[in-house]
Amino acid sequence: MKKVLMGNHAISYGATLSRVQVIAAYPITPQTQVVELLSEIVANGELEAEFIKVESEHSAMAACIGASAAGARAFTATSSQGLLLMHEVLHWASRARLPIVMANINRAISPGWTIWTDQNDSLSQRDTGWIQIYAADNQEVLDSIIIGYKVAEKVSLPLMVVLDAFVLSHTYEPVDIPDQDKVDKFLPPYNPKIKLDPEDPHAFGGLTAPNIYMEFQYNHQLAMMEAKKVINEAGKEYGEITGRYYQNLSPYKVDDAEYILITSGTVAKTTNIVVDKLRESGVKIGNLRIRTFRPFPSEEIYEILKDKKKIFVIDRNLSFGNTGIFFQEVKASLYNTDIKVPIFGFVTGLGGRDVTPELIEEIVNYGMKKEKPEEEVIWMGVKK
Amino acid sequence: MLELRLHGRGGQGSVVASKILADAVMKGGKFVQAFPEFGVERRGAPVFAFVRIDDKPILLKSKIYTPDHVIVLDPTLIESINITEGLKDNGIILINSELPPSEFKFEGNYRVMTVDAKRIAIKYRLGSKASPIVNTAILGAVIKAIPVATMDNLIEAIKDGVPVKIEENIAAAKEAYESLIKGE
Repeated sequence: MKKVLMGNHAISYGATLSRVQVIAAYPITPQTQVVELLSEIVANGELEAEFIKVESEHSAMAACIGASAAGARAFTATSSQGLLLMHEVLHWASRARLPIVMANINRAISPGWTIWTDQNDSLSQRDTGWIQIYAADNQEVLDSIIIGYKVAEKVSLPLMVVLDAFVLSHTYEPVDIPDQDKVDKFLPPYNPKIKLDPEDPHAFGGLTAPNIYMEFQYNHQLAMMEAKKVINEAGKEYGEITGRYYQNLSPYKVDDAEYILITSGTVAKTTNIVVDKLRESGVKIGNLRIRTFRPFPSEEIYEILKDKKKIFVIDRNLSFGNTGIFFQEVKASLYNTDIKVPIFGFVTGLGGRDVTPELIEEIVNYGMKKEKPEEEVIWMGVKK
Repeated sequence: MLELRLHGRGGQGSVVASKILADAVMKGGKFVQAFPEFGVERRGAPVFAFVRIDDKPILLKSKIYTPDHVIVLDPTLIESINITEGLKDNGIILINSELPPSEFKFEGNYRVMTVDAKRIAIKYRLGSKASPIVNTAILGAVIKAIPVATMDNLIEAIKDGVPVKIEENIAAAKEAYESLIKGE
């Protein structure tokens, strides 16, 4: 069934179709509508789930941790400062190896007070051990929640589906809502081997001395690396059911390209328009959208970039004192390879500043003109 | 690609109108995207909503700066803000007003059209007399002025998107469709 849905409600439908059993959430603009609709769906009896009202995002994630440990499929959603408040328990969720799925609507961080989009909230959670998937349209948002549970439960890690504030959260787009029976076949009920169960008692989160702690970290890392494969497999299996395939990377016209733009989120969609336009005038350019940020799909990125002349990374985020974060990740992942071409790092669109096709063209023009980047951070569209 | 901008006041239903229009356009087989002005809204303050329509999937995710047409849900806005900002040459300005199009003068080459959506909304008891909900009525006029969906598409979208007084909203859309006044 096709419906015109805002991104927030695409999340709610994705969670409903995933038959989540526990929802714990605290409202924050622009996420609020996600849980508003979910609370209605639960109240109407259309979804058999516990909706837990909590006093903060920290508690929301704590409740999800308890629920997930007890074997329930748990869900929450947040944004910005809400996600930052969750930080401590994000680590707990991942190190307890709990397959919670959360939607985070990318909203910039205050002060100055803001409700508009950039990626610094979710990228600040880079090292929490969560899988992170960045969606580019509302269809992908809905699908990524469903696929997210499949992946999370397979590798026993929590997963964050990330989307741009307003550009997706409050924008209506046609979304195909898959039939429940198709989703049920793809995503069977969650049934963990070990759970909090009085009939079958286990100890959780006990003291972990130096003789064993490191092995937990090693296994966590193995699960993350395994997720690279699992995300692609689950995305393919989902595609066979729905016709919509999702992988770690979403490349556009990269095969014969000499120049590659690297993008994420909705900026990638607008970038495809620019790629088409530049190709009409003979510029051999392509766009590589990174969907999976953690685990970072280094090997797949290498395969695409290995015969290119120049790489332009667009970041809607910034690590103060260094550079855009996707730029760092791309550079680091290529350092020990034979790729020695210039990589340019552009920072733009912070705090919801619009990223237009004209701006992206400007980025390409800048990169084409220079032999190599003259600055580590190339600011675009900033009033200096 | 066609880009529309809706002007209304917070609480008048401009964003809901853009969503119902998007739904009608989708039901008619076209691709569509609708979004509010990103930010905060206050009841009574000027608000915007935007709609993009195309025959192919819409990739463009940036805002709309140069709409093809504008729709004005509240005629008092014309005095307080520049509703023709960025409006393309030969664009339609569709205004909710009891006045004929010739009563409105704008600098530039535009086609002014009017529909008395307020009267129609009051007739079908949509909202209160003091603040009638004109959004479904104006949409009837929109699809007449800018044929991006059929009346059947709009009726289906109203059934899916309006929680109360569905028959009255459909009747209002139909009456507005018939009573649109196209200017010179």
